[in-house]
Amino acid sequence: MAKLLPLLEHAAKKPVWDCRMCGQCVLHSTGMTCPMTCPKTLRNGPCGGVREDGHCEVKPEMRCVWVKAEDRSHSPLMPHHWEEEFNDLRPPVDNRLQGTSSWINLVTKRDRRTPAGWAGDPVTAQPEPIGAALVEIDDPALLPTGFHA
Amino acid sequence: MSRLSALLDAGTRPVVTAEFPAIDGGGMAAIERAADALRPYVDAVNATDNPAAHAHASNTAIAIAMSQCGLEPIMQVVCRDKNRLAMQADIMGAALFGIENVACLTGDDVTAGDEPEARRVFDLDGVQLVKAATGLSEGHYLSGRVIKDPPQLFVGAVENPFAPPLDYRVLRAKKKADAGARFLQLQIGYYPDRLASFVRGCVETGVTRTTALLPTVVLTKTARALSFMDDKVPGISIPAETIRRVTDAGDKDAVAEASYQVTLELARAALAIPGVSGLHVTDFRHDGSLARLVEDLRIGPSYEREQHAHGSQLV
Repeated sequence: MAKLLPLLEHAAKKPVWDCRMCGQCVLHSTGMTCPMTCPKTLRNGPCGGVREDGHCEVKPEMRCVWVKAEDRSHSPLMPHHWEEEFNDLRPPVDNRLQGTSSWINLVTKRDRRTPAGWAGDPVTAQPEPIGAALVEIDDPALLPTGFHA
Repeated sequence: MSRLSALLDAGTRPVVTAEFPAIDGGGMAAIERAADALRPYVDAVNATDNPAAHAHASNTAIAIAMSQCGLEPIMQVVCRDKNRLAMQADIMGAALFGIENVACLTGDDVTAGDEPEARRVFDLDGVQLVKAATGLSEGHYLSGRVIKDPPQLFVGAVENPFAPPLDYRVLRAKKKADAGARFLQLQIGYYPDRLASFVRGCVETGVTRTTALLPTVVLTKTARALSFMDDKVPGISIPAETIRRVTDAGDKDAVAEASYQVTLELARAALAIPGVSGLHVTDFRHDGSLARLVEDLRIGPSYEREQHAHGSQLV
């Protein structure tokens, strides 16, 4: 089932929203317009390059994703609390979720996980220095050539 | 605390920022020449990051070189070419050399430049970068890893009050202010009414309480320059009557003068809006018009020279 879900999700969302399977869907809060279809994959609003006619800087034939999103977010068909979420600050994309099912990630809350620094929580425990595992090798002959401990 | 942040905090006079020319070769001598040309007229200067998606000497190197020449740099960081690790590393690296002003931009697309086949990155967007940079000065990387003795950054961003969706631009400015932007340099624009309503929105939503607004004007010399920006630069639109006014001015000198007057009027209109802290000036003329503009408007270091001159006359 876990393997099948991404396929099902893609089959359902690709034709309607041109879903890119980022695995951390925010469609409901962006006027049911996928921000990953923006050539710059912007999740926090339009760039400064939107053309006077509301079309995309990169693809002049395409209407700016965020112009569309802004329009649609005010649609009476959308639940009011979705519209309120429109201007939320969305965290950077977690690239590890690419290709996974956002449905699973929603249920497991995996899509809510952000780096500690995003929430402003400094990590006080310092990570192990890189190469710590090698310190135990006492015999320099065992070290790879070119490695200076 | 950077000089720019002190000036904007004090708010005693309009601040002037400008753009450092793109540098390719010529070593430090090229930097010194460009710095000398700008120093008397500006408070701080943007070290650009591959402007218009063309590769040049890097933002970090230029910012450091500028500060070595006694010019206050604003290091632009653009999301197009680098991922979150590289951008944080650049800001931290420059901070080692005392670079404190950072302007965070999403950036033009690679297709705007001369290497459109390049991979675009946009690992973060402009707003997320503002938050990440603010985190660095609060003492942690985006990961949360602690930075001992963190740099005192003065983080800013840009916004375009002139591009659709117009209603949304204030909210986006607010988003950047909330993420930690303390100044916003605004895109070049030829619609004073759009600027006024944007600034009004920023005042009403409290953006200007935390964040200084610096509208941009551009010094041009020909009608062709205006048509070029109108046609070719994404996000810039110029009313046909403005272009016509410059085109119909007459000979080359008259056109140049009309161009200057258009810029001067836009600058005056911008500075008259309550909530504007100064101007960002882009100079495409390089004929002394920058000096003329800041002196006509009495802004930036020219303001102090003026005050000083008055003071000595009284004595």
